[in-house]
Amino acid sequence: MAAIFQGVGAAAALSSSPSNSFDSKKFVSSPCRPFSVRKGASFAVVRSDGRVNLNPKGRRAQQLISNAVATKSDSAAASSSSKPGHELLLFEALQEGLEEEMERDLRVCVMGEDVGHYGGSYKVTKGLAKKFGDLRVLDTPIAENSFSGMGIGAAMTGLRPVVEGMNMGFLLLAFNQISNNCGMLHYTSGGQFTIPIVIRGPGGVGRQLGAEHSQRLESYFQSIPGIQMVACSTPYNAKGLMKAAIRSENPVILFEHVLLYNLKERIPDEDYICNLEEAEMVRPGEHVTILTYSRMRYHVMQAAKTLVNKGYDPEVIDIRSLKPFDLYTIGNSVKKTHRVLIVEECMRTGGIGASLIAAITENFNDYLDAPIMCLSSQDVPTPYAGTLEEVTVVQPAQIVTAVEQLCQ
Amino acid sequence: MNSASCAAKISTQPFSLNPTSPTSHDNPLVFPKPTSLFLGSTRKLRLSSSSKLNLHRRSGTVVAVSDVVKQKKSKSTPSLLITKEEGLELYEDVILGRAFEDMCAQMYYRGKMFGFVHLYNGQEAVSTGFIKLLKQQDSVVSTYRDHVHALSKGVPARAVMSELFGKTTGCCRGQGGSMHMFSREHNLLGGFAFIGEGIPVATGAAFTSKYKREILKEADCDHVTLAFFGDGTCNNGQFFECLNMAALWKLPIVFVVENNLWAIGMSHLRATSDPQIYKKGPAFGMPGIHVDGMDVLKVREVAKEAIGRARRGEGPTLVECETYRFRGHSLADPDELRDSAEKAYYAARDPITALKKYLIENSLASEADLKAIDKKIDEVVEDAVEFADESPVPSRSQLLENVFADPKGFGIGPDGRYRCEDPKFTEGTAHV
Repeated sequence: MAAIFQGVGAAAALSSSPSNSFDSKKFVSSPCRPFSVRKGASFAVVRSDGRVNLNPKGRRAQQLISNAVATKSDSAAASSSSKPGHELLLFEALQEGLEEEMERDLRVCVMGEDVGHYGGSYKVTKGLAKKFGDLRVLDTPIAENSFSGMGIGAAMTGLRPVVEGMNMGFLLLAFNQISNNCGMLHYTSGGQFTIPIVIRGPGGVGRQLGAEHSQRLESYFQSIPGIQMVACSTPYNAKGLMKAAIRSENPVILFEHVLLYNLKERIPDEDYICNLEEAEMVRPGEHVTILTYSRMRYHVMQAAKTLVNKGYDPEVIDIRSLKPFDLYTIGNSVKKTHRVLIVEECMRTGGIGASLIAAITENFNDYLDAPIMCLSSQDVPTPYAGTLEEVTVVQPAQIVTAVEQLCQ
Repeated sequence: MNSASCAAKISTQPFSLNPTSPTSHDNPLVFPKPTSLFLGSTRKLRLSSSSKLNLHRRSGTVVAVSDVVKQKKSKSTPSLLITKEEGLELYEDVILGRAFEDMCAQMYYRGKMFGFVHLYNGQEAVSTGFIKLLKQQDSVVSTYRDHVHALSKGVPARAVMSELFGKTTGCCRGQGGSMHMFSREHNLLGGFAFIGEGIPVATGAAFTSKYKREILKEADCDHVTLAFFGDGTCNNGQFFECLNMAALWKLPIVFVVENNLWAIGMSHLRATSDPQIYKKGPAFGMPGIHVDGMDVLKVREVAKEAIGRARRGEGPTLVECETYRFRGHSLADPDELRDSAEKAYYAARDPITALKKYLIENSLASEADLKAIDKKIDEVVEDAVEFADESPVPSRSQLLENVFADPKGFGIGPDGRYRCEDPKFTEGTAHV
């Protein structure tokens, strides 16, 4: 675990290879902000300014380890275990999280197309059907709206299903169920029924997959009241978010990215979760706050290397929680740097960035020295041609230019 | 409107191949395959009427039991279909359904309830016939026409009326309304405004039942789910997708089609290429039954078989109940399209009149007994209205309470605390 929490100096944190940062082996995630699971729960909480609060009721303090932040002065203090951790790829981390939750709670089940015998189109559910059987890992017919609704009905009656959209885009067919039932039923039933469902799947722009397989549904779902949305970006937070989402009583949509499944990282051996509502501090800095999520995090980190060489000190935050936004982490950063750049893969219109701009302007307008900049994908159906696809999404060079512009 | 009036005429005797028996819509009966236990109990009765059947269909059990039941009744065997207690229970339920809905209409026009209100008058036989056979742990999923399903399932009339008035004492705290009746206690899983969207939820509830038995090892879990929906829904994708999944995994569910021939102003015959909905069951590998939905006892007989099948783990059944709504689609519907002859035809087959007649003719109850029930129900409904009237409206603080089961879902505010801890949240004045 100590291996993850290196010092925050620029040199140590940014060691990934330049050309394909999102495929880097040994990507080292920089120190993350810690969390406590619940107020009144019994975990040690290390705050980002280094203070440690121990809950006096420490009952299950050993079971969950908070992902502690390492401040500049205090790199190893948070590690409360000397186990070496283990290395794995992001899809394996998701699978591990899912498997552990399924072992822990018999009510957790998986539903989706090809999740069982095929092991999942991105192998996230590989081996689970053999282990848990065909009913707990259910291969559904191709009927997204209906099997999502079935997951919702199962959740209402006591199970904890994890519904997979083979590609997030397919969940557009399930919009009826996700909007009307998943989001609303807890409310319209006056709180009588909970829907502890997790809806997950790969989305985002891949490698020339064509327009329909390259969709970013977070912008479409963000208005639905009653759901939470999180996006994972590293093996560590993928496993942590998967587990937290399954344990949550709220319906959670977990966005994975097609191009991030083969990221490798060393993660702790112990049980841990990542807080669903918190953002992740990827790289503390002073000059500008860069807010990002999912794959764009890697483009940002790549740009950050160039920026550091040019003398800038960007603070990079992976917002992780797309709905609701972690206004505390974001706010603290804005108050420190006074400049904000949002880098996202959503389309410009009505995307996560648009909402984030609104939220920041509403809450932290006085702290801004410059208008918020937002780099999003173009408002086009993602073209098949590689050259066109490349300019559809934000590239590191654009990020560098934007920061330079912002910091003038 | 030539086609509409033709359609109306046809609908009075839509499926009958035997024009002399207006009350049965039978279609060609088919002997179930020997391996099917579906109509095991009534099979011997059908043997006597088999001479009428000379049509072959594809394999699969497509049957109309109404004819069977009619046979049974006319044989004047000493065994009746119901006991006195059952009879009175059924009567009370249909009367409650009718009286409640009539009161809803009154209250709506007096400005006590609002929005879209869809009344169930005329269809009581389906709700009573099916739901009175269920246990409390069995689940019911309905549509926007759900008041009577709620009442039959056991939700108190007070709770339903309060919900309609939008009061906090309503079964959904006033947050659901007419189209979203829910009850955890009675396992009423809604109340859905979009047609078809409840069917997957019902399929999910049935899936849980199977899961509980097989994975959670609750060996005696035999909970059944009933999904109610209309003829219009039977052209919707979710219907077919769920028929497939339920049959595939042998889920303990019964799909109950309340075919009242009209989807607002769209006649079933104008919307459906093959209007015989029950035939669509065998296409997915489950029995498809057609029954006279204006007759409580016929519905109940079919329901017994279908629910029994599901309980025994034999899988789903599709039951098409031919029924009729005496009022418009909703209280906002002027109901001008339906032919008055059609309305008169079905009014003559009022399920309440028929049940009353049966009870009296078979000496199961006296006029006095039934009048006593009428009076009791009147009082129940009056009491429900009074209760609803006197109940408080939701205060502002209720606005944000049930958005999330875990209110941490509102996120972390700028001050570092969870926003649900902000007092404005409990007051309902915070901006999410």
